Amino acid sequence: METIVTGILLGGTYALVALGLTLQYGVSRIMNLANGETLVAACFIAFWLFTSYQVSPLWGLLVIAPVAFVVNWAIYMLLLRPLVDRAKTQGMLEVDSILATFGLLFMFQGLMLRGFGGAYTSYAFLAERFEIFGTFYGLNRVVAFVAAVLISSALYLFLYRTRYGTAVRAVAVNPNSASLVGIDVARAAALSFALGGALTACGGALLSTYYTFNASMGVVFTMKALIIVIMGGVGDVRGAVIAALILGITETAVARLIDPGLTLAATYALFTLVLLFRPQGIFGRQQA
Amino acid sequence: MTAVALSVSGARKAFGGLVAVNDVSFDVHEGELFGLIGPNGSGKTTMLNLISGALKSDAGEIRLSGTRISGLPAHRIARFGVARTFQLVRMLPSMDAERNVIAGAVFGHQRLWGAPARDLARELLALVGLRGREHVPVVAMTYIDQKRVELARALASNPRVLLLDEWLAGLNPSELHIGIQLIDKLSRQGRTIIMVEHVMDAIRSLCGRCLVMNSGRKIKEGDVSEVLSDPQVVEAYLGDDDDA
Amino acid sequence: MRLSAGEIWTGLVGAFAVGVAALLPLFDQGYYLALALNIVLYAALCTAWTLFSGPTHYVSLATAAFFGLGTYAVGLGLDYLPFPALVLAGGAAAAVLAGLVGAATLRISGVYFVIFTFGLAELVRQVVSYAQTKLSTRMGLYVFTDFTEKHIYWMLLALTVLVFITGWLINRSRFGFAMQIIGNDETVARHSGINTARLKIILFMISGAFIGMAGAILAPRYAYVEPPSAFNPMISFLVVIMALLGGTLRLWGPLVGVIPFTLVMDFVSVRFPNDTSIVIGITFLVIVYLLPDGVTGRLEQLLARIRQPRSHAEPAAVKEPA
Repeated sequence: METIVTGILLGGTYALVALGLTLQYGVSRIMNLANGETLVAACFIAFWLFTSYQVSPLWGLLVIAPVAFVVNWAIYMLLLRPLVDRAKTQGMLEVDSILATFGLLFMFQGLMLRGFGGAYTSYAFLAERFEIFGTFYGLNRVVAFVAAVLISSALYLFLYRTRYGTAVRAVAVNPNSASLVGIDVARAAALSFALGGALTACGGALLSTYYTFNASMGVVFTMKALIIVIMGGVGDVRGAVIAALILGITETAVARLIDPGLTLAATYALFTLVLLFRPQGIFGRQQA
Repeated sequence: MTAVALSVSGARKAFGGLVAVNDVSFDVHEGELFGLIGPNGSGKTTMLNLISGALKSDAGEIRLSGTRISGLPAHRIARFGVARTFQLVRMLPSMDAERNVIAGAVFGHQRLWGAPARDLARELLALVGLRGREHVPVVAMTYIDQKRVELARALASNPRVLLLDEWLAGLNPSELHIGIQLIDKLSRQGRTIIMVEHVMDAIRSLCGRCLVMNSGRKIKEGDVSEVLSDPQVVEAYLGDDDDA
Repeated sequence: MRLSAGEIWTGLVGAFAVGVAALLPLFDQGYYLALALNIVLYAALCTAWTLFSGPTHYVSLATAAFFGLGTYAVGLGLDYLPFPALVLAGGAAAAVLAGLVGAATLRISGVYFVIFTFGLAELVRQVVSYAQTKLSTRMGLYVFTDFTEKHIYWMLLALTVLVFITGWLINRSRFGFAMQIIGNDETVARHSGINTARLKIILFMISGAFIGMAGAILAPRYAYVEPPSAFNPMISFLVVIMALLGGTLRLWGPLVGVIPFTLVMDFVSVRFPNDTSIVIGITFLVIVYLLPDGVTGRLEQLLARIRQPRSHAEPAAVKEPA
């Protein structure tokens, strides 16, 4: 039971990160391998705000999210739009965007290593114990989870209850048809990429409240986010959340019941099962 | 009665809630030039995709000269002797015309390599009117010439059944005339051909029998003149009076 | 087997270059040998990588996993089997892994393949580390042989030659033609009778086997082999960068990337050790935006433009539906 709750708490943070990537891949069609770097940068900024200015990470979100939004918007418009414009097929865009974001991954990681060093960092925020069903968990984990739920719900409301959100979903389903009905696909793609970056940054800031982070860990989180996005079905928000929870629970269970050194193996096992039996993911559409 | 080259029974394909092909059955005889017509969205290309193996049918059976091919992957169906052209022409962009055609000859129904494959490619390119242009890169060719290369490539495997997916689309009147003559020539050579077409003149002048689909269902099958004057078929194409 | 004049010429030039390279250890056994060894190592790895990723355009990040398996085959088996057998075993183990990964991912789109291979080295490292802790007391393996740098250098050189010959044979064969067709348009390939999934997997296994053998050959260089260094993901990234920088349209394209990049990285890692990541990142961006077909691709484009006048037929856009 404790395993499941811990897993869910972890999954909540994963979900935020994965939602960010889902928007970037599902709508903007960019496989953003540098996604994890946004997360790590957010961790460090949250840390800096907390330790230098005693700003709680929750308030810090109000700074981090818009900054991430703007930075990701700039990245999309300056670096990724040219690739979108020149790609003749979806396949070419995917390869190009993988390589370009790969380059960004190295650059950002290099810059962060230079700026922050390679040491593991953490800080104590709401580190008291919190009781759920008779067992104690870190309050920071619970708060992070609740915040993640709130942010995800806001995203859901945006996507499913507003006109612009519906336009964004239309672009995810079929960009050509979407443009035929008058949706500005380019704008929606840029907005989604930026929004995705903001979501990942929120995930990062929340993660930093209870996770020990360092400048090189972006890659691991990108990997997990990628796997979650594919498991959930590309572009599907509900699928990403469910897959994130499944991953959180599986990882925690494997770490406790089998061996902490096999968490990645468990993740890959899940991933392989999905690829073999349902490559479109939980909520994905079958490819013609 | 000539032998049945291809027989489709009860084919069905649904995409989520949309049933693109709904319980369609027909037979195509050896050497026949069979038309598959219907308004846009009636499921004709989906039907071709089911035959060529690009899609798997949800139900029913498709047999090639008695052997069941439905459910097999596309490459095995190709090796059994089904070849096709595509609605949007698909070239191998890094190669010239000759290599594009050879590509059809090496791995399919007949397996040629080296000089015999090259000779065949040259022959077929001449047949479709591209004599002397074997070494032109296909990306430098006009759309109609690319279509011809695609046809030559499909013929290179010496298929038992040739599927043409709106091969005559987008041609101007003189190109259309030449195209119709070419298909006629192929048919007279004894090829079994199924052609999906919108160009009614072509259907009328080329096909013996045809099948009309509408909204995934077969609404009429038979001799072309009969079918095209059937009121149900006319209505399917032109719509009811109240559809203003 | 009829060879064209161009092929004979290339063969002679290649043989000459290999001969010259083989003489190096007689002149220097220190810094230059080590540098040359690195170059030859990556020449082998990048060319083996290009065997698969060139024609299919699937970016494989699995190199480190295959390499590490080869290294570990030697580490584990050195007390039981002769070295040549271990090299083959390393190649075989890598081929098996490639087969498994290929079967899981190559039937679907290239993106899944890239993502899967992205974490593969980490995965194998974790599994091997776990197995090591469970089955033995220490994490690493000792590799003691009589091989010196120059022996390893010659073996790698021989492996590189083998990779090139294999690539050349494949390119002239039906198999190579099929792979070219797959790389051009997989739908056409399938409808032409090509079992695309199976061929992709086979080619991936061949490529993986060579990478595994390289890992095995390199094992004696370091007396002590442990998971983080054997399965170092950087190997995967460096191979991709160098191959793409050189260009994957030709078999010898990657060489054009290997030599300068190895030298640059050598320079940077000594003078600016904290900035290697940034250099790699910038190189990737340069490749994507300025050199999509690598240096060789760009050069060939320029040559073609100089040689050919504009053709008279108006070219139609080759429509590849998304």
